[in-house]
Amino acid sequence: MLLYALRRLLYLVPVAFGVSLLVFALVHLAPGDAISAIVPPDAPQEVVDKLRTYYGFDKPLPVQYFRWMLVTLGGDFGTSIGTGRPVFEEVGGAFLNTIVLAIAACIVAFSLAVVLGTAAAYARSRAVDRIVTSIALIGVSVPHFWLAIVLVIVFSVELGWLPPMGLGPENVAGWRLDLDHLRYMILPTVALSMIPLGVMTRTVRSTVKEILNMEFVTALQAKGMNDGRILLHVLKNAAPTCLAVMGLQAGNLIGGSILIETVFSWPGTGFLLNSAIFRRDLPVLQGATLVLAFFFMMLNLTVDVIQTMVDPRIKRG
Amino acid sequence: MTPLLSVKDLQVTFVTPDRTIHAVNGVSFDVKRGETLGILGESGSGKSVTLRSILKLHPAHRTRWSGSIALEGDEVLTMEGRALANLRGRRVSMIFQEPATAFDPVFTIGQQITESVRRHTGKSEAEAMKRAKDLLEMVRIPSPAQRLAAYPHEMSGGMRQRAMIALALSCDPSLLLADEPTTALDATVQIQVLLLIRELQRELDLGVIFVTHDIGVAVEVSDRVGVMYAGKLVELAGVEQMADAPRHPYSRGLLASTVHDGMRGQRLEAIPGAPPDLGEVPAACSFAPRCKSVEPRCLAAPPPLKPVDDSHFVRCVVAA
Ligand SMILES: Nc1ncnc2c1ncn2[C@@H]1O[C@H](COP(=O)(O)OP(=O)(O)OP(=O)(O)O)[C@@H](O)[C@H]1O
Ligand code: SF4
Ligand SMILES: [Mg+2]
Repeated sequence: MLLYALRRLLYLVPVAFGVSLLVFALVHLAPGDAISAIVPPDAPQEVVDKLRTYYGFDKPLPVQYFRWMLVTLGGDFGTSIGTGRPVFEEVGGAFLNTIVLAIAACIVAFSLAVVLGTAAAYARSRAVDRIVTSIALIGVSVPHFWLAIVLVIVFSVELGWLPPMGLGPENVAGWRLDLDHLRYMILPTVALSMIPLGVMTRTVRSTVKEILNMEFVTALQAKGMNDGRILLHVLKNAAPTCLAVMGLQAGNLIGGSILIETVFSWPGTGFLLNSAIFRRDLPVLQGATLVLAFFFMMLNLTVDVIQTMVDPRIKRG
Repeated sequence: MTPLLSVKDLQVTFVTPDRTIHAVNGVSFDVKRGETLGILGESGSGKSVTLRSILKLHPAHRTRWSGSIALEGDEVLTMEGRALANLRGRRVSMIFQEPATAFDPVFTIGQQITESVRRHTGKSEAEAMKRAKDLLEMVRIPSPAQRLAAYPHEMSGGMRQRAMIALALSCDPSLLLADEPTTALDATVQIQVLLLIRELQRELDLGVIFVTHDIGVAVEVSDRVGVMYAGKLVELAGVEQMADAPRHPYSRGLLASTVHDGMRGQRLEAIPGAPPDLGEVPAACSFAPRCKSVEPRCLAAPPPLKPVDDSHFVRCVVAA
C-alpha cells in the first residue's frame, strides 16, 4: 500500500509540470499588463521600462517561464507587485487561513451528513426521510453568501453573541488555535459548510439506501449479526462512493470562497486571489494558483489511496 | 418424537401502501433431522417467502405472519431481537442463490466466516480463524489458508458457493435452508455442489430444505418433495411416489411424463396459462383456471390437503 502511494506520488511529477505550464500560460495570456496597473497613467516611459526590466517582463515568455520555474523550485515565489512583500508569505498566510476554515467546514459538514444521510436511508417513517431530504435541498439551494449575511445580522448585530468579521480578536494576521479564534470561526464555518452538507447528505442517503437493498445485508441478518455490525458493513460499502464526493467538496472549499471570505473579511485564498486579479499582481496570482493546484493534486491522491484501501475491487494497477 | 421443524398453516402477507400480496396461504410440513425436503414450484409460487419465514427474514414492518413455525419445539414466529438473532446462523442457516451478491464484497471470506463464528460461539479471533480454515477444508476448497484472505470477487462462482456452504455450516446448525443454491452455477459445478451438500447433510445429520425450479435436482437430492402453487403446497410425497405417481394435476403436468434420467436443467414452464394474482385470498382451487380436470366442486371452496396414504398428501378434490 505504501509502495502504491509512493508510485502514485511519482506519477504526479509530470502532472505538476504540466500544471505549472498551464498556470503560467493562463496568467500571461490574459489581457492587461501588471506594470501599467501599479504605475500612474502619466508615468514616464523610462520608469515603466525600468520596472519591466526589474520584474523580468521584457524577456521572451519561455525565458520568463523557466526563470519562474527555477526560482519557484528553489522556494522563492518572487515579490508581490501590489505589496512588495514576498509572494510566499502572502500566499502561505492566506492559504493557511483558508485551510483552517475549510477543515472546520469539512468536519462539520461531513460528520453531520453521514449521520443525517444514514438516518434518512434507514428511516422507515417518511417524515424523517422528508426532513433530511429538505435539509439537504436547502443546503445546496440557499445562496451561502446570503446565509452568511443573515447569520451576521442575527448572531452578531441583533444578539451580539458572535463576532461578525475577522480572523481573531486583535485583528492580527495569523490564526491561532485558541477559544477566541474559534469564536471567530463559528459563523464562517456554518456558512461555508452548507453546500457540502447538502451535497454529502444526499450522497450518503442514496448510497446507503442502495446498499441496504443488497442481498448481502439480508445474508448478514440471516447469520444473526446485530444492527451495529450490519451498519459497519453498510458504511464500509458506502465509503468509496462517499469519499469520492467528499474529495470534490473538500477541493471546492480549499479553493476558498471569495464571497464568504469577503462577507466575513476572512483573509484567505479567495480574498487574496480576488485582490491579485484586480491589481494584476502576476507573481501572487501565479504563486497562489500553483499552490492551490498542488493541493488539489495531493487531495485527489489522498482520496484515491484511501479508496483503494477501503475497496478491494479497485485494482492497484 | 418432535420433528426438527414443524410448520403449521403458515400464512405470509405483505402489506404495502399500494397493495396487499398473499404470498403464502396456509403451508404445513415437517422436516426431520437428517432429512431433505425438496420444494418445487414455478416462479412466484412462494417458495422463497416460505423459506425466509423460517428465519423471519422479511421486512418486519410490512409482513404479516400467522400460523406456526416450531424449531425443536421453539416457536420462531414470535421471536424478536436477540432471541431471533441467536437462532439465525446458529440453529438455522441459509445458503443463497447468488453467492456473488450474498457475500459482502469489501470483506474477506475469512472475515465473514469468523464474524459468524465469533458471534455465536464466543471463540477468540485465532480460534475462529482456525475454525474457518477447517470449514474451507471441509467444503474442499484448495489451499484454504490463502483463500481466507481472498475477497469474494477473487473466487470463481463454484468456489464462492462452497465458501457460502462453509459459512452456513460454521456454527453447527441443525437445519439448513438452501434457496436454489445451484441455479447460478455452470452445469458441471452444479453437480459438484449438489453432491457436496448431500454428503455434508448425511455426515452432519442435517435437516435440509432445498428450494429449486429444477425437477432433476429436486429428485436427486430430496427424500420428500413438496410442490407449491400460488402460495400453497398442492402435493407432498416421498420422492419415489412423487416421481412415479404424482396425483395433483399440477404436479402431473410438471413431473409425470418428464422425470427420467437426464432431466436436470428442465425448467417448470410447460403448463399453459399464468399463475393467479396474489392480491386476494383464494376462494376456490387456485389451479382451476389452468386445470384440465376442473369440476364445479373445485370452484366451491379451496380444497384441503388430503392424505392419499400416510406419507402422501394432495390438495385436489378430484385426485384425493
Ligand atoms: N418483501 C416482499 N414484499 C412484497 N412482496 C414480496 C416480497 N417478497 C416476495 N414477494 C412476493 O411474493 C410472491 C412469492 O415470491 P417468492 O419469492 O416466494 O417466489 P418463488 O417461488 O421463490 O419464485 P422464484 O422461483 O422466482 O424465486 C411474489 O409475488 C413476490 O413478488
Ligand atoms: S381441485 Fe379441481 S381444479 Fe383444482 S387441481 Fe384438482 S381437479 Fe384441478
Ligand atoms: Mg425464490
